Amino acid sequence: MNTTDLQTPLKRARGLGSAKDGTHHFVVQRITALALVPLALWVIWLALALVHADYAHARAIVHHPFAAIWLTAFVIATFWHAQLGLQVVIEDYVRTRWLEVTAQLAVKLFCAAGALASVLSIVRIALG
Amino acid sequence: MPTARPLSPHLQVYRWQLTMVLSIIHRMTGVALAAGTILLIALLLALAAGPDAFQTVRAFCSSWFGMLLLFGWSWALCFHMFNGIRHLAWDIGWGFEIPRAYATGWTVVASSLVMTALIWACVFAQGGAA
Repeated sequence: MNTTDLQTPLKRARGLGSAKDGTHHFVVQRITALALVPLALWVIWLALALVHADYAHARAIVHHPFAAIWLTAFVIATFWHAQLGLQVVIEDYVRTRWLEVTAQLAVKLFCAAGALASVLSIVRIALG
Repeated sequence: MPTARPLSPHLQVYRWQLTMVLSIIHRMTGVALAAGTILLIALLLALAAGPDAFQTVRAFCSSWFGMLLLFGWSWALCFHMFNGIRHLAWDIGWGFEIPRAYATGWTVVASSLVMTALIWACVFAQGGAA
């Protein structure tokens, strides 16, 4: 500590505390987790149905309204949950500030792009 | 950061225990599954794009490397889901007692292995992967 520093400990600590949105992060992580239990089980079943499907059959399976809706819910919950989880992992382990910010940004952009690409693909299959 | 202060005991001084191993695996499977979404995106994009693109993704999935990834991800998904349910139970205050934390931990390990075996039994019962 710099002994010539005239700031009080309180002054130094101010503004470095909680961002006041940790609870929201916690709650959304749990909600998406809860949603993902039935959604993921259904996606495993869907994947097993797709194992031997040719293109037309695979498309027909995803084209079904029920499948399209559940798959959309699955990808949104998945990318949201992944972003929240990866955020915590980066916060915990990446110590270099510029690397942390870059990683957080990359994760957010990847998850947003992944969700968009997946949803638009499902919509195209569902309506096509 | 000045390091004159004493450090609290860290990872290397602890004996490995089930609870800490599962906690670490939960994070590792979470990161692995996030990486695995790349294949999910590729599959959906290919299915929307046309038969040629779909065939490319299919060929990758049925290659030995693709199969290895799919096998790893299927177990990661089962583990992360079962251990996630364990975490949700903790969130409502259930299962914190040490014997119960161990019992649920071993249940998660066994369930994830059984479910992965069941998934691949279904794949091979259909006559092999892809």
